[in-house]
Amino acid sequence: MAARDIHGPKPPWGEHFQVIGQGHRKVDGPAKATGDAIYADDIVLPGMLHAKTLRSPHAHAKIKAIRTDKALALEGVHAVITGSDLPEYYGIIPWTPDENALAVDKVRFIGDEVAAVAAVDEDTANRALELIEVDYEPLHAFLDPNEALGRGEPQIHEGRKGGNVSKHVELDFGDVDGGFEEAEVVVEGDYSFHGTTHGAIEPHCAVAQFGADGNLTLWSSTQITHYVQREISKVLGIGPQHVRVIQPCLGGAFGGKSDPFSLEFCVSKLAMLTGRPVKMLWTREEVFYAHRGRHPAQMHYRTGATRDGRLTAVDAKILLDGGAYSSYGLVTTYYSGQLLTGPYHFPAYRFDSTRVFTNSPPCGPKRGHGSVQPRFAFEVQLDRLAEKLELDPIELRRRNFQGDSTETINGQRVTSNGFLECLDKVEAASDWKERRGKLPFGRGLGVAGSMYITGTNYPIYPNDMPQAGIQLKVDRSGLVTVFTGGNDIGQGSNSVAAYLVAEELGVEVSDVRVVAADTDLCPVDLGAYSSRVTFMVGNAVIDACRKLRAQIVDTLATTWECDKKRVRLMRGMALDLEDSERAITMREAFQLTEAACDTLGATGSYNTPKLGGDYRGGAIGASPAYSFTAHVVEVDVDCETGFIGVKKVWCAHDCGRALNPRLVAGQIEGSVYMGIAEALLEEHKINRFGLHEGPSLLDYPMPTTLDTPEIEALIVESVDPEGPYGAKEAGEGPLHSSIPALANAVHDAVGLRLTDLPFTPAKVLRALREMESAAGA
Amino acid sequence: MRTLHLLVNGDRLTVAAPDHWTLVEVLRYRLGLTGTKQGCDKGDCGACTVLLDGKPTLACILPAARAEGHEVVTIEGLRPAHCAEGGEGTDPVQDAFDRCDALQCGFCQPGMMLSARALLNENAQPDRETIQEALSGNLCRCTGYTQIIEAVELTVAEAAGADPVPPAWQVDRDGEDLPLAPTGETATGEGED
Repeated sequence: MAARDIHGPKPPWGEHFQVIGQGHRKVDGPAKATGDAIYADDIVLPGMLHAKTLRSPHAHAKIKAIRTDKALALEGVHAVITGSDLPEYYGIIPWTPDENALAVDKVRFIGDEVAAVAAVDEDTANRALELIEVDYEPLHAFLDPNEALGRGEPQIHEGRKGGNVSKHVELDFGDVDGGFEEAEVVVEGDYSFHGTTHGAIEPHCAVAQFGADGNLTLWSSTQITHYVQREISKVLGIGPQHVRVIQPCLGGAFGGKSDPFSLEFCVSKLAMLTGRPVKMLWTREEVFYAHRGRHPAQMHYRTGATRDGRLTAVDAKILLDGGAYSSYGLVTTYYSGQLLTGPYHFPAYRFDSTRVFTNSPPCGPKRGHGSVQPRFAFEVQLDRLAEKLELDPIELRRRNFQGDSTETINGQRVTSNGFLECLDKVEAASDWKERRGKLPFGRGLGVAGSMYITGTNYPIYPNDMPQAGIQLKVDRSGLVTVFTGGNDIGQGSNSVAAYLVAEELGVEVSDVRVVAADTDLCPVDLGAYSSRVTFMVGNAVIDACRKLRAQIVDTLATTWECDKKRVRLMRGMALDLEDSERAITMREAFQLTEAACDTLGATGSYNTPKLGGDYRGGAIGASPAYSFTAHVVEVDVDCETGFIGVKKVWCAHDCGRALNPRLVAGQIEGSVYMGIAEALLEEHKINRFGLHEGPSLLDYPMPTTLDTPEIEALIVESVDPEGPYGAKEAGEGPLHSSIPALANAVHDAVGLRLTDLPFTPAKVLRALREMESAAGA
Repeated sequence: MRTLHLLVNGDRLTVAAPDHWTLVEVLRYRLGLTGTKQGCDKGDCGACTVLLDGKPTLACILPAARAEGHEVVTIEGLRPAHCAEGGEGTDPVQDAFDRCDALQCGFCQPGMMLSARALLNENAQPDRETIQEALSGNLCRCTGYTQIIEAVELTVAEAAGADPVPPAWQVDRDGEDLPLAPTGETATGEGED
């Protein structure tokens, strides 16, 4: 399908924006400020039961028998279900459905779901779990991805081709070997990225109600309402028209709520069995085991360049520890290679990525899905190149800039590209030229750059329907209601929809209501992942608004007997630009139009243009627009303790256009915070038994106000030709280069190349000692 | 089961709850005050922070019996208290969090705002370090804390009589607001359909 609904970066009726580009309250700000906002666990229904899950204590085992009679006999228990009640496989990627809501015949990680109980309260449900008897036959557990790669038996997923390999992708573009022959300098290195998790403060929660009319309603803390509806329909065997999925206010996600999860199926089944509403709220420990976080990655990179610093070839080999299930793994494996081909020109590129199954909690997408790990390795490689060539690392990056309106070596179309301006901004703001390499020993500055997708052409399940749909209802009260399937996960997508409506229809932001993420009420949007919502929902909103606007303007031009070009809608008023006597409120304008045209409403949609390279997997990583980022990080390394202090982070991000600069700044700051935390503190560590080493918010050290560095967010607006008013993404890109910029800053500070994340004081101290003894030897 | 007497958001309430329940369970499950959030149930994240006799307290690890006879303020109590004092809208802390976009997912923010309110009740002019210290028990995963700290600083500045100053954004804005009066400017495109 061709690109649709591309409306250009400016409103065609004037040069200046009324709403866009300024700070506004978020539409859900007041409710969130007062505690009125309703999250999944705040929902209480009459007669509601509470459910809990029995989980596997084994990392890998066959289930020989499950006996639930004692649990069922406990006073207050209403239902107990096991794998045989929900045997249908599911999975977010239609090609790899390998999950069951409850384990059918084997468990694949500690924490894998085995049975679920619905009872009058959580305490009773927990007591019932202790009465369920499961006979396990333990199997060899794979906790090392290298072992899983080399040894196919016992298979974690029986019957699959390729032993314990989840996905293997090998692609090459251009003449890689020739590129290395041409290279005058080659750097080669091993890098390792540890597992990290999302850490949304809201634990997963779902509530189901099964009406006597046969309609199931599921409230869930999900960021993919539409896909959950599809999978519930499939696993529960109910037509999708009878499954209503509602995402209430969501307490953070970061990719951690973008799979269908066991609890959603369990509460649905339990509600059907008991005839009562059922809620399940996971504990923090359960959230850690459910995971779907960033894949641990072992990476080997070879990078060739000419003497003047121009890249000639890049070669990568990557091993991803996928954990126990596929989740998004097929896409992750592609992304680990496909998303590296900007903002620099690669004349030749090869990657060989393998994702293996292990008996660890399953990995999935976390902010910057699949591309944060390779970006770390590659940007450190670039720093090493610069060092070898005695070039300024910013200058090296400038020399390799790919430009805008171009195509990457792997066939991805790049439109707007503000990367050079990102580099300029961080260079100036950090006083790079004056300070880099000139700070006292222990202090240093590092730079890195990156690129990320703004949504993806790949719609999870192949179809030709729009990726984003919008419905507008215009009321004679003056209210405009937007119905969007988009998931506001805190990033502010509902607010962005309201700002766009206000701009397009000339109403105040406060006169727009947003009804979102309710599959009964809202047109389909595919969900909040791949940084797609602002771009795709935004374009769909503009599409719908233009139709309504045309009706309103036509009506007013007819009423006023003037040319349509003289009619302007802005700030709650409809005006004749050439007759100041003619000014009515938008409420009056709506009423006139309703009288002239009938009940007012409009739909709008967005679908991606056909993009991507002409090869298998060429559409994975294809995006209608790419965002670009540059970071400079300043560190202070304490050589006595190995502690890396981050003095300040400058992050310049090309978001196309900042629809609300405050929201963009918030996304940049949150991304930088999360990246620095991954670099220095956080580790989702699974021990040799398959146990999480610290499944709590105390042991998994998320930064507090005292640990978070000063962050300066710098917004670059390249104004994308296809984004809504030129906007691109801002929520994931600004994480990527924070980590390699920090690593490069440590090198500038103390001459140490850190390649093994996270950079804990113990590791840094050891590396410093090794460096000192090597120097002394 | 135990009968508790609590002063919650200004109301004297008598409520029965199981002996082992914590204060957050009583607030959420008995009193329907769901603005107090549960993020970890272990006292690690601070989302459950309420004010117990004015002091920020982790409701998820406080046995409800320990609150017997005490005053509890939850996030739902801030706005009514502000209104009762003749204020308009919400508590200045709530308003500043909203204006500064400190509320992304919003889940940690009830606890965060109550920690901020407690700080400002004790110290009307805290500096940035004091603010960071006071909020260090409340984890936020969305914001990187920058806009949260700006919101508290904005509250402090406005309470001290400063003109409301929006935070500075590093965006070069070329657009100027179009005057509401007719300008004679030739608009384009409206009739293109």
